[in-house]
Amino acid sequence: MPYNPPMTPADVLRNGLSASNPGLVQLLGLCPLLAVSTSIHSALGLGLATLAVLVTSNAIASVVARWLLPEVRIAVFVLAIAGAVTSVQLAIAAWWPELHDALGIFLPLIVTNCLVLARAESFASRQPLGLALIDGVAMGLGFGLVLLALGAVRELLGHGLLLALLPPGAFILLGLMLALRNWTVQAKTATSAAAQAAPADRSAA
Amino acid sequence: MATPVADEPRRRPLRAALTLAVAAAAAVGAVALVHDLAEPRIEANERAQRVARLAAVLGPAQYDNDLLGDVVYVRDPELLGTDERVPIHRARRGGQPVAALIETVAPDGYAGAIRLLVAVGVDGRLLGVRVLRHQETPGLGDGIDERKLDWILRFTGRSLEDPAPARWKVRKDGGDFDQFTGATVTPRAVVGAVEDALLYVQAHRNDIFSLPSAAAAGGAAAPGP
Repeated sequence: MPYNPPMTPADVLRNGLSASNPGLVQLLGLCPLLAVSTSIHSALGLGLATLAVLVTSNAIASVVARWLLPEVRIAVFVLAIAGAVTSVQLAIAAWWPELHDALGIFLPLIVTNCLVLARAESFASRQPLGLALIDGVAMGLGFGLVLLALGAVRELLGHGLLLALLPPGAFILLGLMLALRNWTVQAKTATSAAAQAAPADRSAA
Repeated sequence: MATPVADEPRRRPLRAALTLAVAAAAAVGAVALVHDLAEPRIEANERAQRVARLAAVLGPAQYDNDLLGDVVYVRDPELLGTDERVPIHRARRGGQPVAALIETVAPDGYAGAIRLLVAVGVDGRLLGVRVLRHQETPGLGDGIDERKLDWILRFTGRSLEDPAPARWKVRKDGGDFDQFTGATVTPRAVVGAVEDALLYVQAHRNDIFSLPSAAAAGGAAAPGP
């Protein structure tokens, strides 16, 4: 088991939103990120649905991990995630039917978003409930914001540039966002004499 | 991870299995609970959506009766694609029959059954076809959805004479209907189901409009094979 230094809620938040942002640094959950980011509406919807699933599965993983043998731990987490995704899907179908139609197959496919299992297994299962909940919110927001930014850019460009709406356009734009982020991080570390390197996610697998 | 050290090696598999069983039961229980809370609303949503779709296929000027209330349920596994009873809504205007709207099923989609709404006028012409529910591949087979492609609108105005019965197929099978890029199975299933629905209406034209409403008595409009 890796060494887990105590983390503060601020660390956890910073990790999810920037230092280990799922979309731009961990590069987890790229399939829905690229597939659903064709419009702001669906990007926002999938972002919120993923956030709800992350918070639920992180909470469950944090609470039940102490009773689990290693050989069934991941299986139990997968069950919890599947249950959370199905519940979120049913709730969206009941209360936001237009969103349910817009997201289609990508709503149940949240279950295959490796970000969800990665956070449950590598973070929530070895942290207290409070931090696990904050991590779920932070990672969900971090993922959702990248999804939203990509969705906004693609919807905007898509009016004149069809490429932006096609899969290659999604790859190119995500690549540009990654480059922009790396460039700003490098510029920041270069200027600050006291090498204030962004703290890496210590818990990431 | 607080792995209990007191576990005897012999009992570990049992403990693991029990944990999994409890977790599975809890997950199923939670989903069942959410399902019970959500299901009435989901049904109401689908009902409202269905009225909107019925109205969209016909156009509001075509009829003046309550489409959801004026309905018969019929069963015909061969022509309507399912063992279950399907509703036929009847549009009337001034008491005169205008069209029959059948919720039929294309059982042979690429990813399971495709539920369709087929509107047939009293003259045997199609007033419109819409997809009610499908699980076809996003980006390929989902072109049957009128919000993705206008493909499904091409049925409007067709009948069993137009095109001739031998050409009620996708182009690839020697028929008159285009498939679309990357998908043949899905359009083939839809074309087949629409033709079958037309055949059904042709065979039962007299019964469909004369049966009392909500006559769930199967076999009345569908005397069976």
